[in-house]
This record gives sequence, C-alpha cells and structure tokens, in this order.
Amino acid sequence: MTEPLLHIERLSKSFGALKATDDVSLTLKPGEIHALIGPNGAGKSTLIKQIAGGLAPDAGRIHFAGQDITTLPTPARARAGLGRTFQISSLAMDYTVLQNAVLGAVGQRGTVWRFFKPVMGDAELRATAMAALERVGLADHATTRTAELSHGQRRLLEVAVALTLQPRAFLMDEPMAGLGASGSKRLTGFLDGLRSEAPILLVEHDMDAVFALADRISVLVYGKVIATGTAEEIRANPEVREAYLGEEDAA
Amino acid sequence: MTRSALINLVLFAMLPVTALIALALDEPFIITLATKAAILALAGVGLNIALGLGGLVSLGHAAFFGLGGYAMGILAHHAQTFTPLMEAPFLIEGTKSMPVIWLTAVIAGALAALLIGALSLRTSGVYFIMITLAFGQMLYYFAISWPAYGGEDGLSIYVRNGFPGLNTLDPIQFFAIAFVILAAVLFIAGRLASSPFGLALAAARQNPERVETVGLSPYRLRLLAFVISGAITALAGALFADLNRFVSPTMLSWHMSGEIMIFVILGGVGRLYGPVAGAALFILLEHILGGLSDFWHVYLGLLLLLVVLFARGGMIGALAGREVAHD
Repeated sequence: MTEPLLHIERLSKSFGALKATDDVSLTLKPGEIHALIGPNGAGKSTLIKQIAGGLAPDAGRIHFAGQDITTLPTPARARAGLGRTFQISSLAMDYTVLQNAVLGAVGQRGTVWRFFKPVMGDAELRATAMAALERVGLADHATTRTAELSHGQRRLLEVAVALTLQPRAFLMDEPMAGLGASGSKRLTGFLDGLRSEAPILLVEHDMDAVFALADRISVLVYGKVIATGTAEEIRANPEVREAYLGEEDAA
Repeated sequence: MTRSALINLVLFAMLPVTALIALALDEPFIITLATKAAILALAGVGLNIALGLGGLVSLGHAAFFGLGGYAMGILAHHAQTFTPLMEAPFLIEGTKSMPVIWLTAVIAGALAALLIGALSLRTSGVYFIMITLAFGQMLYYFAISWPAYGGEDGLSIYVRNGFPGLNTLDPIQFFAIAFVILAAVLFIAGRLASSPFGLALAAARQNPERVETVGLSPYRLRLLAFVISGAITALAGALFADLNRFVSPTMLSWHMSGEIMIFVILGGVGRLYGPVAGAALFILLEHILGGLSDFWHVYLGLLLLLVVLFARGGMIGALAGREVAHD
C-alpha cells in the first residue's frame, strides 16, 4: 500500500457548542482523487481551511509529505506543496487573468524579493502562466480584467493559479460551482487527468462529477466522517443513504 | 504614446520648466516654490508606495518626514556649533555634507519604519490608521519636550548644507538637486511597481488570502513596502529642512501626515506621478489662494471633497480615464 501524502489524524474543531470537525481522520494517497461530500453545514469548508491553514484545529495533527504542518502558517503550507482553490473565488480582482496566473508562478519560483526586473516581461513566468491558462481553457481571456470574468471562469482561473504552483497535492473546494453543465463536464475530464500529476482532495456538490472521478469518497455529516470507501461502497452504505443521498433521492 | 504617458511626461517636465522660466525672469521665489513642490512630491511618492501600492493607510508618515528633518537639523546643528554629537564610545561629529545627511535620514527613516511597521502591520483597517497616528504623535511630543534640539522652537541652521561641486545657496542649483533626487526616486518607484515584489504587494492589497495561497506572506511584503516608503519620506524630510534651513516639531505633527496624504489623493492614489501633480497643485493653491485669504484651506477642503467624490483616480485619473489593466 502506498504511503499517504496527506494524513489527517483525529482533527477536531469546535465553535462554542458546535462541533464543526469531530475527530476526523483521512488520508490522501498519491495518484488518487479523494472526494469529500456531505450536506450543507457538514463542516467541509471548515475542514479544508484547517488543512490549508488559516484556521487552527483544537486537537489532532496534519501531516503532509512527511512533515507535521499542523502549526505552519498558510504561506508555508503553500510552499510545502498544497495547492488550494476556494469555494468563493479569491483572486486579485483588479488584475488581468494573466497577472493572477503570473502571481502564482512568482510564488512557485519564490522570487518575490526582486525589485527591478519587470515581472510581466519575464518570459519564463509568462510561459508558466500561459501554459496553466491554456490547460483550463482561459488563454483567450489572458488580458481580461479578472473582475469581468463570469463566476465559472473565475473558478477555472483559481484552478489555473493552483496549477502554476506545481503543487504536490490539490485541495479543491467546489471547483464545479457555477460552471454549468458543459463546463462542469470539461473540468471533470481535466481533473481526471490531473490526478496522475498530484492527488486531489475534492469537496464537491456535483454528485455526477464526484461519482465519475473519485477513487475514494468520505462522507462528512455534522463534522464526523461517517463512511469512507469507493463509489460503490458509498452508494451501498445504508447510513450514507439515510444521512445524505436519501435526501437527494427524495428531492 | 498613450494619454496617461503624455500626462506623466507633462507632469514630469512641469517643475523644471517652471524653474527655468523663473530663472530667466529672475524670480528666485518661484524657483523656491518649484523646489518645495519637488520635495513635497518626493514625500508623496514615498507615502504612495505604502498607500497606493500596498493599500496601507498610514497617518503617521510625518514621523519619517520629521525624522529626516531632524537628521539634517541635528547633524548640521552640531557642525555649526562645533560640538560633537557624542564622544564615547566613539566620536561622532556633526556634518554639513548633504550626501552624509541624506544617508543618515534614509537609514533613520528605514529603521523607524521597520519598528513602527512591525507593530502596526499586525493590525489592519482603522486600527492601523490609529496606531500609525499614535506613533507619529509620540515622536511629535517627544520632539517638543526635548530641549537639547530646540524643543518647541525647533532648530535653525544658518547656512544651507553643502553638496560637492555645487553652490546650494543658489536657488536653481538646489532645485536641480531636489529634482534629480525626485526623478531618481520616481524611476525606482516605477520599477518597483512592475517588479515581482510590486505585483505581489498590490495583490496583497486586493486580496491577502490569494497571496498567502501562492506561498507569500502579506505581512512581510507590507513591512518591506513600509520601510521603503518611510526611507523615501525621510529623505524628503531632510531636503525640506534644508530648503527652509529650519526644522521644528511641526514637521512631525499629524497635520503633516495629512498634508502628504492630500498630495497623493489629489494627484491620484497609486499613480506613479500622482504625488507630483498633487504637490504641485497644493503649492499653487497655497500661493494663489493663500494670497487672497488666510482661510484658503477651506477651498483646498472643497477641492479634496470634489476629487474624492467625483474623480476617484485623482487629477490624473480624471484626465487619463480609468487605468486600463495592463500586462
């Protein structure tokens, strides 16, 4: 069995009486897509925040690539190789699409402490950025101001910026949201190929995408992981059906 | 040439052209006004790196401006009274040499900005404004209550400091010094804005979370911007004190911080040449309206209100249109 790249051990986080993360353990192995599903308010985004940084857990450890990252600040986790996309797009809105991607390339290269070389004239950074934009299909919009992009396009740009970081693992929080049927299908195909570059911990509401992509699925309900398994196992699990999929069937 | 490039060129040429015309007409007072505008613009260029590029609303930049002024005042005071600054553990004498004074001012400004920034940048928004204001006022009251260097009365320097090979008492030559420094700093600030550092700093202004996610620390980016900003403003302070041959706690007061911010806002926040336009306009208004009424600040306030309400990009923004996203 392959050693997991990301290993979350008994993570807990409470807000007052609310247990947002309740003794959660999960792993992300090289080459896989591990989907995290659960009804609204199950604590998926809270969990992602604790993994990416920005929210300290009350208890538990997070190991990434052989390193305990539980207490590292967000930038250090990114440098360690965690590429994150946000549930609500978090981009530099005044910048062009290309500038956002170049920012990622600058972060990846770690050459921010340079003060005289024009950054947009750097052929290598531009090439990295353009390559990432081409992969998600945003190359035609390179000179568009980010604020003028549609919501779906912003999600794609988030993915592109994460690509420029050449991370060792992706944390993606609902990348399909706002994409529409065809865009969602296209991204599904793209993520399918991406897993061989770096494994993906995927939070997603689009169940078609989740069941098409995920090697393993974990179901989060009220902060607790109630089941982890393959798509078939999760479909067959009565507890999951009751807690989550049942609601969907009824709807 | 784009419209904004043309405006920048006009703004850049405006000061030396004014000074040269004044020289031809034998109007040394006008040359001094142009010098004052150049020096205040320099202070604004310094603030603009923190405010425009980094989004750091500092109401304490008078601290750096005044520190630069006192660097000049203290060094020149010891030189003119032939007393050493300190004797133990090693001897430091005063100096009348501008380059030495500038270097001292820049280092003092940078160190002060490092200390003030390291603490203030842990806060944001209105707290950052208040804490920078508090640091500035601390220095102001310290200068007032410290009798060794004139206290409230300030320090007068009888002869302007010297620059090798130039006669600094000649208005046009002193203007040339101030303008060349302004031009050099504008060049540096322009390069800085388009560098990887500038890209990341301005991104941290728009969205700090985004910058963290690509592995960069907004705090460090802002701290460095604050230090560079403080150093430039201190250099302007040293020149300003040399222009007046006088330094007093007024330079450290929060009114001064507000004035520097007004140059930036009038001209256009985040525009490289914004402070040049703002400072020139300020001097012009002070000269023209100040001659009409002691209460000319009423008109300045009105103008500021109009700019903030109707021309968010300042004067340059109003003339050049919205800044196009460039790559």
